[in-house]
Amino acid sequence: MLARLGKRQGGPLRATPRRKACGVGLSLHGLLWLALLSPARAEPLAIHYLERRVERPTPLNNEDPIPDDEGLKGAELGLKDSNATGRFVSLNFTLDSRVAAAGEDIRAAFRTLGERPRFVVLNAPAEDVLALADMPEAEGTVFLNVGAPDSRLREADCRPRLLHVLPSRAMLADALVQFLAYKRWTRILLLSGPAPADALYAEAVRKSAKKFGARIVAESRFDPQGGDTRDTALREFVLPTRGPEHDVVAVADEAGAFGANLVYNTAAARPVVGTQGLTPAAWGRPVEAWAAVQLQTRFRRLAGRAMRPIDYAGWMAVHALGEAAVQARSTDPEKVAELVLSPRFEVGGFKGRPLSFRAWDGQLRQPVFLLWPGAVTATAPIEGFQHHRTELDTLGPDEPESACRAFRKPG
Amino acid sequence: MSRAAPLRLLLCAGLLGLAGSAKSQEIFVSNERDNTVSVIDGATLEVTRSFPVGRRPRGLTFSRDGRTLYVCASDSDAVQVIDPDTGALRHNLPSGEDPEQFALAPDDRTLFIANEENATTTVVDAQTRKVLAQIDVGIEPEGMAVSPDGKTAVTTSETTNMVHWIDVPTLTAIDATPVGQRPRAAAFSADGRMLWASSEIGGTVAVIDAATRKVVETIEFAVKGIAADRLQPVGITLTGDGRFAFVALGPSDRVAVIDAKTYKVLNYILVGRRVWQLAMTPDETRLFTTNGVSGDVTVIDVATQRPIRSVKVGRFPWGVAVRPASGTSERSAGAAP
Repeated sequence: MLARLGKRQGGPLRATPRRKACGVGLSLHGLLWLALLSPARAEPLAIHYLERRVERPTPLNNEDPIPDDEGLKGAELGLKDSNATGRFVSLNFTLDSRVAAAGEDIRAAFRTLGERPRFVVLNAPAEDVLALADMPEAEGTVFLNVGAPDSRLREADCRPRLLHVLPSRAMLADALVQFLAYKRWTRILLLSGPAPADALYAEAVRKSAKKFGARIVAESRFDPQGGDTRDTALREFVLPTRGPEHDVVAVADEAGAFGANLVYNTAAARPVVGTQGLTPAAWGRPVEAWAAVQLQTRFRRLAGRAMRPIDYAGWMAVHALGEAAVQARSTDPEKVAELVLSPRFEVGGFKGRPLSFRAWDGQLRQPVFLLWPGAVTATAPIEGFQHHRTELDTLGPDEPESACRAFRKPG
Repeated sequence: MSRAAPLRLLLCAGLLGLAGSAKSQEIFVSNERDNTVSVIDGATLEVTRSFPVGRRPRGLTFSRDGRTLYVCASDSDAVQVIDPDTGALRHNLPSGEDPEQFALAPDDRTLFIANEENATTTVVDAQTRKVLAQIDVGIEPEGMAVSPDGKTAVTTSETTNMVHWIDVPTLTAIDATPVGQRPRAAAFSADGRMLWASSEIGGTVAVIDAATRKVVETIEFAVKGIAADRLQPVGITLTGDGRFAFVALGPSDRVAVIDAKTYKVLNYILVGRRVWQLAMTPDETRLFTTNGVSGDVTVIDVATQRPIRSVKVGRFPWGVAVRPASGTSERSAGAAP
């Protein structure tokens, strides 16, 4: 499906009426177009939203299902905000969305976006992200990743012009372990689910534990094997959470196959942290400080539901492009891309700090919230974790240890 | 013990105090989370009384004669008109949705109200209680100020990151000046030639020539041992002689003192936690700051630029205004002169 969301001034017919107006004289039509084309009105900046539809598990405990428009609604709000701002400086923006079905070739979907799409907000798994970034046709495209938390996309598999608005698993795990270190809850029992994503999450927790001086005292795996853990949780989780003395049980269950039922069902009376329990996330329902409540309200008005981390990333991606255009006073894609990719670009994001893209891996540096469904328990970077540039760079790989080379200038 | 008893005691003490020394200066503070206003006695620097107001009170200001208090009750979607002596609500003014801050024009009756949630500035005549206009501005309008000659009003928009200029005679938005990320407060110099606007996330204060509407200076801040992104300018107060500007720096817990002629930062004054807004007494000897996280007000001696007292008020103190004695004009936060 291809949906046109933005207000388009002019549109594809633009060239014809202009010629007509000059050559044949001013018809009423021509006048109308001329009015729309007054010199102050620049060509709109075209932003595309491309998503891969992925199969999602049925909610276990009657949670709200992951909405089909997760990400897209955030991008739409970003467009609304950008146009509301842009009108004061005669800049405007358009957004169209394209969702690729489960078996569809993502590259074919990309080709339907039109000739040389310059800015693509991408909500798709890591393999899709790489397939697109490596297309010759995408040479001039800036991708803004809002759906893939995979750390490798910011490390060995990073690409120039591939920006990451969503925090990586490494950033999320760093935020969590900073919190644990601050609380001195540093003995972690790590319980992983069977999915590949769970293994990646668990690996991120291991790395963060090493980075901040916490310890994985035991590891176990749990596979619900399609079984219904709701009935058996009381007994079932005792064994996998039995182990040496620990302060927390960290769970890696990204799809939510069992983690929610683990809470209060551990062998020892220990909090559950990770993908369930106390969760590190870029955004969430209880976030309200730094005027976040305004963004939450605007989003709820538009989408009729709460804003989720991928929605926030979608909003932030379009907002960053809009803000770059306003700062550059231009919707010229060249100028916008140059500014967004430059280290001097800073943008607000309702997190109480200026946000910017890291020059070494394209990751948006940003605070990460530690949430349980009732409240923001803490916001990372946690006080005490210092960095010479900005404390935000204590989350995720820092410049010296980054494996990304794509952003470094040769020589 | 019930909550009402100490409140009543405080109230009585306040009224008695008022009767005893009618000239004593009073400082009013809105407590965003408590839905109350605390009143500090300017001589004793103690809270003499507090009274309930609408939900989520933020900006507050006085009529010229000090006999009327206006409070933005954001979550009640109203500007409340209150008797400052008794705390009694006289009536509500139509304010548009979610009023956050406002400025009273020099005519003492036209209120310019920033409606944070729907990107408008509402203009209300406080006497006829009629809405004169609703003007489209950028997303999340916040700071409001009216020029001393009353001809120009400005509002800052936190997400659009601009200062919007409103022509008062026609009540239309005529221009917008982009400034740093998340502009909060705006204040005109006493001569009306310069507009100062703080950018919380940008970490800067822009000084804008009010005639050309161009930024002429961008002031930055630096405090040893504090990360640059914690220096977040919010409230601004300027002295009448044009010598100094005071800028609240949010979570750095500091107020910057700036030479208003050279734009050099002269000093940083340590105050309570997450300092929001500022208000100066008309004689410009004392400066009061609201500290949102520590729930108190720091009193600064302007001559020595030192904090002299911290006064516990309610939860999340937000706005602060010095009640003018009869006949004098006033200077306060969220309500530029």
